Amino acid sequence: MTSAVPNSAGASETTASRGRVGDSPLRPDGLLKVTGAFAYASDLSRDDMLWGATLRSPHPHARIVAIDTAPALAVPGVHAVLTAADVPGENAVGLEHLDQPALAEGVVRYQGEAVALVAAEHPETARRAAARIVVEYEELPAVTDPRRALEPGAALVHPARRDAGGNLVREVRMRRGDPAPTAPVVVALDFEVGMQDQAFLGPESGLAVPGADGGVDLHVATQWLHVDQRQVCHVLGLPPGKVRLHLAGVGGAFGGREDLSMHAHACLLALRTGRPVKMSYSREESFFGHVHRHPAWLRYEFGAERDGTLVYARADILFDGGAYASSTGAVVGNGGSLGLGPYRIPNVHVDARGVYTNNPPCGAMRGFGCVQAAFAHEALMDELADAVGVDPVEIRARNGMREGDTNITGQVIDSAAPVAELIRIVRDMPLPPGSPPEPDLRELPGGVGNTTHGEGVVRGIGYAVTYKNVGFSEGYDDYSTARVRLEVSAGEPVATVHTAAAEVGQGLITVEQQIARTELGVERVVVQQADTTVGSAGSTSASRQTYVTGGAVKAACEAVRDTVLARAAGMLQRAAADLRLDGDKIVDVSGEVLTGVADVLGDEAVEETLEWRHRPTAPLDEETGAGDAHVQFAFSAHRAVVDVDVELGLVKVVALDTAQDVGRAVNPDAVLGQIQGGSAQGMGLALMEEVVVTDGRVRNPSFTDYLIPTILDTPPMRIEVLEYADPHAPYGVRGVGEPPTISSGPAVAAAIRAATGKALRRVPVRPEHITGA
Amino acid sequence: MEFLAPTTWADALAAKAACPGALPVTGGTDVLVEINFDRRRPPALLDLTRVAELRDWAPDRGRIRLGAAVTYSRVIDELATALPGLAMAARTIGSPQIRNRGTVGGNLGAASPAGDSHPPLLAADAVVEVASAARGVREVPVAQFYTGVKTNALAPDELIAAVLVAPPRGPQQFCKIGTRNAMVIAVSAFGFALHPDRRAVGTGIGSAAPTPRRAEAAAEFLAGELDAAGLWESRGELPDGLAREFGHRVRAAAAPIDDVRGSAAYRLHSLSVMARRAATWAWNDYRRAA
Repeated sequence: MTSAVPNSAGASETTASRGRVGDSPLRPDGLLKVTGAFAYASDLSRDDMLWGATLRSPHPHARIVAIDTAPALAVPGVHAVLTAADVPGENAVGLEHLDQPALAEGVVRYQGEAVALVAAEHPETARRAAARIVVEYEELPAVTDPRRALEPGAALVHPARRDAGGNLVREVRMRRGDPAPTAPVVVALDFEVGMQDQAFLGPESGLAVPGADGGVDLHVATQWLHVDQRQVCHVLGLPPGKVRLHLAGVGGAFGGREDLSMHAHACLLALRTGRPVKMSYSREESFFGHVHRHPAWLRYEFGAERDGTLVYARADILFDGGAYASSTGAVVGNGGSLGLGPYRIPNVHVDARGVYTNNPPCGAMRGFGCVQAAFAHEALMDELADAVGVDPVEIRARNGMREGDTNITGQVIDSAAPVAELIRIVRDMPLPPGSPPEPDLRELPGGVGNTTHGEGVVRGIGYAVTYKNVGFSEGYDDYSTARVRLEVSAGEPVATVHTAAAEVGQGLITVEQQIARTELGVERVVVQQADTTVGSAGSTSASRQTYVTGGAVKAACEAVRDTVLARAAGMLQRAAADLRLDGDKIVDVSGEVLTGVADVLGDEAVEETLEWRHRPTAPLDEETGAGDAHVQFAFSAHRAVVDVDVELGLVKVVALDTAQDVGRAVNPDAVLGQIQGGSAQGMGLALMEEVVVTDGRVRNPSFTDYLIPTILDTPPMRIEVLEYADPHAPYGVRGVGEPPTISSGPAVAAAIRAATGKALRRVPVRPEHITGA
Repeated sequence: MEFLAPTTWADALAAKAACPGALPVTGGTDVLVEINFDRRRPPALLDLTRVAELRDWAPDRGRIRLGAAVTYSRVIDELATALPGLAMAARTIGSPQIRNRGTVGGNLGAASPAGDSHPPLLAADAVVEVASAARGVREVPVAQFYTGVKTNALAPDELIAAVLVAPPRGPQQFCKIGTRNAMVIAVSAFGFALHPDRRAVGTGIGSAAPTPRRAEAAAEFLAGELDAAGLWESRGELPDGLAREFGHRVRAAAAPIDDVRGSAAYRLHSLSVMARRAATWAWNDYRRAA
């Protein structure tokens, strides 16, 4: 068991030196990042490069009547101005549906949609030239209220879909048990979740370098090189061999880099000009350059026995997908299949829908469809607890899933499901002390704003639990590819690991090294830069890379090891099963040195490339939602303690404590980092993070007004990590990154409700929701 | 864009006279953001960081003369006693990096209704010292300095030289609402000062009107009630409801808007709470000081 308490540090130092699975070796990018020396994609540079800029739509919905690029082309230093007419391939991209043009064609469907591109000698020249492009628009009625998007007569965001669902992107229905259940205790609520942004710190950036072969090399910060490659190829009309992607330094992702941003644009400009082209978004442009978390409207009803045991649940969940589908379909799948939380519920009726509107496109973000639902089911679970007179911990423990249960899609939970244990662990953690008589302002709601010296401050405690699928679901062929080579260099065995998996800040490179050390017994492991010269690793999302790419690296290492040991067995006249790799030696089971790795390999390298798949999943049944749709489930619980100035509506989170089952902590320090960061991100949605959209227009595209928690908003966290190995996963690992983002926010919201007595059916909770003013 | 970098105050005033459109810049925490966002394209930037005398503060004929380029960090570190309200406000501004660069003079130059310096300067009856090459120095009471949304009383050839503030004769307070606990632009703010030497009350409202402004009627009401009850001398407890009534009157002086940072209704409500609490804290400090 790994645990962390505030101010504990260095617990892993004694084991770090070996750097194997279960240790916490230092990550290679850590020092560079804290000293500012790490090269992010925005630091890419070539002497002869041009700068690209994007002209974006000012309107949420408009017809493009005409575009005059001549004034921009006339600006000295401008090398190219491109519009949809210049797209050589098919002008269509998208993760699930190719429904989005790389450059708007005839119509713009959201504010910020890319309309034209400029390449120029200087970034400011490019921006100024872009501003000189004259676009004549004819504004069209915009669908901006997703609750009305499916009404008869609603304007269609994609008129071509008139007979193919109209504004409906996807609907998922869950039907289980009695279709008309009744229960002695019924509670219900409506909940609304605002639009959160990933708010990664490194804005969208990349450098496209044209090749002598007519192809292009794109260096870019992304989450999934191969899905980008597929779409860029489509737009350029080039085969994959001519569109080579290389991972550049990624400054955070959280789902916001799953869709294309500047990828195809920079390539279009590079191929047109014959020069390398760099594009790097400003912070403001970044808010228009990537998808956001879906805002959601949720209506929930629970029926229960008088002791609080759930009898049935009904839910109606609506996600605003914005102008293009992105990953809305999969988000709806998650919201529908997981949106009732980690509870045993015999009778279920869920409708989940995602719709097109002329709002900003929404797609992947950490927690993916479960975050929105958790605010509703956890608020309603507290209502139920209140209605039956059970405390919030016990109601969750009583209804919480256990191993062997079936979830609402009928899938058996066939590894640990410790809901009751997790929620009781956080309950039993020490509570923070109360405020001293003369507290430091920084410890009070409002902080140094000096709005209270204790007046109006009420403490509240709230709890939440969640479960989240790990990996891609619903029958998706979810795999990763790893190439591993073992050779002897300067007398020492060196392993080289090559995958296309994106390190986005989570520490995957270190994990790959740890696995290679564990499997091959070596000390030196080189992880090559991720690129598309090796097969797809799948996305760095869905909490899946340690599991899936980790699984691929493990499998490739095992194949290399088998080859080396077979060769050694032949040389030594021993059975391969009796041999082990240990540093630069080959030993027998007792540890006796038999020969050196160098003696076996000589000048040869042993290399293996493998695709590795987790066990398959199945689609959800169209009518009932039934199906073994998910690979694995990860569980977490949070307890939040808040001080609320109930008169001013200001909140100070005093403690945010959590327990989570990670199966096996491959890198315990990295696990804690994921949990701390995820908890803070979930708290941010509860308290302050919202892209405010009015009539299809974003009102706060900056870090001045899109607020994320600072260190003074983020409390110490007690973290207890359970390691109930999943027998189906490599090393028993369970995805880590997302659950804390899901359960932390609802716990914070619950704590504010406890302090204020207000229902608070919308997040982020704004001060005026608490004060009523 | 031209970049003017005078090294003396005389040269700075001459440069401003020669190029009235030049935008003065010291810390750059506001000006450079405006330029980066393409909201402003001044013909020239007038860099004042090389003008040494702007970076000093000193007692001056009974007042503190705070050079326009003194940073918030120095206000916090060096002037917490001499300019307590302003120091409290400075503590709420941005991050440590911003406070190391940003200046009170810059806040006055920008004249944003959300500028954090303004409420304490209003409450303390500060005076802005401005100068031009042609007409020399003039003093503008701070309440007359803010002329509209992000506009001030400077003539095109004038620069802000300093802020003049009398040392406090009584307790001061500053409160600011933000929707996170640090590094936030004010949703609403309130500055308060007791001036027992002249039995007066000072107020300043931030982020709740087109300009920073005082709550004159509320201040006169509170000062009058304190006077009528002999409380300035007796330093007795505040009568029941007096601070609350003061809060209501401060609220009545505001004219806020709804925007993405907060609703007008919340701004009004929070002002009334901040005013009540600030007055209570300041009065309790005054009593304790006896």
